[in-house]
Amino acid sequence: MVPTNYYLILSAILFGLGIVAFVFKRNIITLFMAIELMLNAVNLAFVAFSQSLGKPDGEVFVLFVIVVAAAEAAVGLGIVILTARNRHSLNVERVDLLKL
Amino acid sequence: MTAPLIIFFVLAALAIFGAVSLILQRHPIYSALSLIVVMVALAGLYLLMGAEFVAAVQIIVYGGAIMVLFVFVIMLLNAGLEERTNFSGLATYAGIPLALAVSGFIAAAIARSGGYLPAPAPSGALTSTKTLSMLLFTEFVYPFELTSFLILVAILGAIVLAQREN
Amino acid sequence: MPIHEHLRPILEYLWIIPLLPLLGSAVNGLLGAKWPNKTVNAVALGSTGLSFACALEAVREFMAGGQAPFRKEFFDWIIAGNFRAGFDLQLDQLTVVMVLVVTGVGFLIHIYATGYMAHEGGYYRFFSYLNLFMFFMLILVLAANFVLLFVGWEGVGLCSYLLIGFYFLKKSAADAGKKAFIVNRIGDFGFMLGMFLLFRAFGSLDFQTVFAKAATWQPDTVGQFGTLTIACLLLFMGATGKSAQLPLYVWLPDAMEGPTPVSALIHAATMVTAGVYVVARSHVLFTHSPSAMYVVAIVGCATAIFAATIGLVQSDIKKVLAYSTVSQLGYMFLACGVGAFGAGIFHLMTHSFFKALLFLAAGSVIHAMGGEQDMWHMGGLASKIKVTFWCMLFGTIAITGFIPFAGFFSKDAILFAAYQSENSGKAFYAVGLLAAILTSFYMFRLVWLTFGGEKRYDEHHVHVHESPGSMTVPLMILALLSLVGGWFAAPALWGGPNYFAEFLSPVFGNAELVGGEAAHSLELTLSIVAVLAAGIGLIVAWRMYSSKVVRGTSTGLHKILYNKYYVDELYQATIVGPLVWLSRNVFWKVVDVGMIDGSVNGIAHGTEAVGDTVRHAQSGNVRSYAVWVIIGAIVILAIIFWPLWRPAFFVATSGGVR
Repeated sequence: MVPTNYYLILSAILFGLGIVAFVFKRNIITLFMAIELMLNAVNLAFVAFSQSLGKPDGEVFVLFVIVVAAAEAAVGLGIVILTARNRHSLNVERVDLLKL
Repeated sequence: MTAPLIIFFVLAALAIFGAVSLILQRHPIYSALSLIVVMVALAGLYLLMGAEFVAAVQIIVYGGAIMVLFVFVIMLLNAGLEERTNFSGLATYAGIPLALAVSGFIAAAIARSGGYLPAPAPSGALTSTKTLSMLLFTEFVYPFELTSFLILVAILGAIVLAQREN
Repeated sequence: MPIHEHLRPILEYLWIIPLLPLLGSAVNGLLGAKWPNKTVNAVALGSTGLSFACALEAVREFMAGGQAPFRKEFFDWIIAGNFRAGFDLQLDQLTVVMVLVVTGVGFLIHIYATGYMAHEGGYYRFFSYLNLFMFFMLILVLAANFVLLFVGWEGVGLCSYLLIGFYFLKKSAADAGKKAFIVNRIGDFGFMLGMFLLFRAFGSLDFQTVFAKAATWQPDTVGQFGTLTIACLLLFMGATGKSAQLPLYVWLPDAMEGPTPVSALIHAATMVTAGVYVVARSHVLFTHSPSAMYVVAIVGCATAIFAATIGLVQSDIKKVLAYSTVSQLGYMFLACGVGAFGAGIFHLMTHSFFKALLFLAAGSVIHAMGGEQDMWHMGGLASKIKVTFWCMLFGTIAITGFIPFAGFFSKDAILFAAYQSENSGKAFYAVGLLAAILTSFYMFRLVWLTFGGEKRYDEHHVHVHESPGSMTVPLMILALLSLVGGWFAAPALWGGPNYFAEFLSPVFGNAELVGGEAAHSLELTLSIVAVLAAGIGLIVAWRMYSSKVVRGTSTGLHKILYNKYYVDELYQATIVGPLVWLSRNVFWKVVDVGMIDGSVNGIAHGTEAVGDTVRHAQSGNVRSYAVWVIIGAIVILAIIFWPLWRPAFFVATSGGVR
C-alpha cells in the first residue's frame, strides 16, 4: 500500500505549484485555473485522510468542495467576461482601478 | 516496489507535469488542457485509494463541466497569448520563495508527524457509494441542502452577470 | 425649664444670618442688571439689615441662655472615613463680638455705599459682590470647624479680588485685584498645611475636638518645633496673608484701587481682621507654643512700626489709611503674641469702628473733591464740609488714643500687656509706643493737609460740596461708636471691672492680670505715657502742617519711605520676575508648546507619515495582493507549527499535541 504521507506530500507540492501559478500568471482565466489546481490539491489531501482514518467523511467533504468550486467557477467566469468587455484586456495587471 | 506504489508514482508524476505545464504555457488554452491532465491524474489517484465515487464525480463534474466551461470562456473571449507585463516587483521576486516556504511548511509538518497516521485500511472496505449517500442524507443533510441553495444562487448570478446590456 | 429656653428661633436656624446676604447677592447679581438703583438698594440693604437684626436677636437669645456656648451641626458636608467636616455653626462670646461688628459695621457701610456709588456703572454688581462678601465673612466667623472657616476665608479673598478690581477696565485696578488674591493664596498655602497638620495630630478639624485635645498636651518649650508650634506658625502664615502683615502686606496698599466703601468694609473693618480672629480662636494652640507666640508678637510689632514709617510721607489719602490699617493690625497681633487675646479682640472692635469711619470720611472728602485723592491738592476744606471734617477728626482722635475715645482703651490694654510680657516685653512696649507717636503724627498730618491750611486746588475745576445724607448719617453713627465703643473697659480706670475682658473671659480664660494695686497703678502710668505720646505726634504735626505748607522734593530717607522701602520692586525682582521668566520660557515654550503640543501634534504627524508609507501597499495589483495573502498564511502556519518543532518552549502546553 502507498503510505498516506506520499499522498499528502504530493498534495503539498501541487498546492505550492498552484500558488506559484497564481502569483506569476497574468491572464485572469489562468488565475482561476490556478485556484482550481489548489482546490484539487486540497481534495487529494481530504481523500487521503479519509482513506487512512477509515471514515467516509472526507469524501463527502470533497463532494462539497467540488460543488462549491463549480459554483465559484460559474460566477467568477461571468465576472471575467464582464471585466474583459469593460477593460478590453484579459491582463489582470490592467485592472488596477482600486489603487490608492 | 509493489504495483500500487508504481501506479502512484506514475500518476503523481503526471499530475506534477500537468501543473508545471500550466505554469509554463503562454496561451491559456494550453493551460486549461494541462489542468485537465492534472484532474485526470488525480481521478486515477482517487481510484487507487478506493474512492471510486469521488473519482467519477471528479471526472464528470470537474473535468467534464468546469473545465469545459473554462475552455468555452477562453474561446468566447478570444484570449490570446499572455502579455508580458510586470507591474509588481514584490510578486516577481518574492513569489517563488514564498510558495516554496508554504509548501515547505506543510511538507515538513507532514513529514515530522507522519508516524501518527494510522495505516490505510484495505481499499474498498468502507467507502462504497451506498455509504457515501447514506452519510450525505443523514449526517450531512444540512450542508447538502445549503449547497443546493448555493448552486441556485450561482446560476442566478451567472445569468445576471452575463446578460447583455439593453 | 424657663420658656425662653425653648424659643430660640434664630439660634436653631443660625444659618439664616449668613444666608440672607447670600440671597441678596444672588437676587441682585442674577436679576438686578436692569433694575433701578432703588430696587437694588432695597434688596441689598434689606438683606444686610435683616441679617443684622437676626444677629442681634441671636445675641439676645445667647445672653438669655446664660451665655452658654451654642453649637449646632446643620448637615454633614464631608465624611471620609473617620473624618467629618460638617456645616456646623457656633456662637460664643468671641463670635458675638465678631458677628455684631461684621453685620453692624457692614450694614452702615452698605448704607454709605448707596450714596457713594450712586452714579457708578455696574451698581447692581457692586452690591451683589458686597453681599456675597458678607455671606462669606459671616460663614468665617460663625464656623465651628477649620474647614468651614477656610471656606469663608477663601470666599472673602475671592470677594476682595472682585471688589478691588471692580473698575476692571482700569489696568491698575485689575492688577491690584490679582495681586491681592495671589498674595493671599501664598498665605493660604500655609494655612492649609497648618490644617493638615492639625488633622494629623488630632484626627478632626472641629474646634471643640481640637482645642479640647490640645489642652491636654504638654506645651512646647521655647525653641522646640513640635507639632503645635509648627501648626501655629503655619496658621499664622495664613493670617499674615489675610491680615497684611510682614512680609505679605504688599497687597493692601494696592487694594485702595477699589471703591472707598470696599476699602472701609473689607480692608479695614472685617476681612483683614480674619487673621486676628483665627489666632484668637486658636488661642489654646498658641498658648501651648511660646515660640509661635513670640513670632506672632515680633511680626506684629515689626509690622506696626514698619507700616507707620511708610505712612508718614504718603500723599494719597487712602494710602495713608491703608498703611495705618497694616500698622494697627500689627498691634492686634502683638496683643495676641503676648497672650492678651482679649485686648487684641477689643482693639479689633474699636479699630473697625474708627478705621471704617476714617475711610468713609476720606471717601466723603474724595466725593466732595470730585475724585481727587492727593492730599497735596486739598486743603482748607474744614469750613466747607463740616460734617465730614468733624467725623474725620473724631476718627483721628480715636485712632491716636486720646481719652475718652475708643482707641485709648484698646491700645492702652495692648501696650500694658506688652510691657508685662516676659520675653522682651519692654522692647515690644518701646516699639509700640514709638509706633503710637508716629500714628498720631501721620494721622494729624492727614487732617491738617486735607482740612487745614490754605486751599491748594483750583476752585473753578472743583466744586466742593457736602455729601448726601446716605453718606453722612453712617459717618455720624460710626463717630459716636468711636467715642463710646471703648467705654466697656472704662471702669477699669478707677478700679472697676473691665466689662469687655470679663465678657470674653469664658473664651480666653481669665485674662485678668494679677498684681492688684501695683499693676493697676502701673497701668495708669502707662496710660498717661500713651496719651503723652499721642500728644507729641499731634504737636509735631501741628507745627509742620497746620499753616501754609509747601511740598518739597523727595530725597534721601523721605524718598525711601515714599517708595515703601522699594519692597514691591524687591519682590518683583526676586520672586515675581524669575517666576514669570520661568513660566514663559520653560513652562510655556518648552513644556506646553514643545512637549505637550509637540507630542500631540507629533502623534498626528506620525500617523500621517505611517499612513503615507503604508498606502503604497494598496497598489491595485492583484498579484502583489496575492503575495501579501501568502505572507499572512505563512505567518499563521508558523504560529501553528512552532510548538510542534520547538516543544521545549511549550513544555506545559504541548501535552495536547504529543
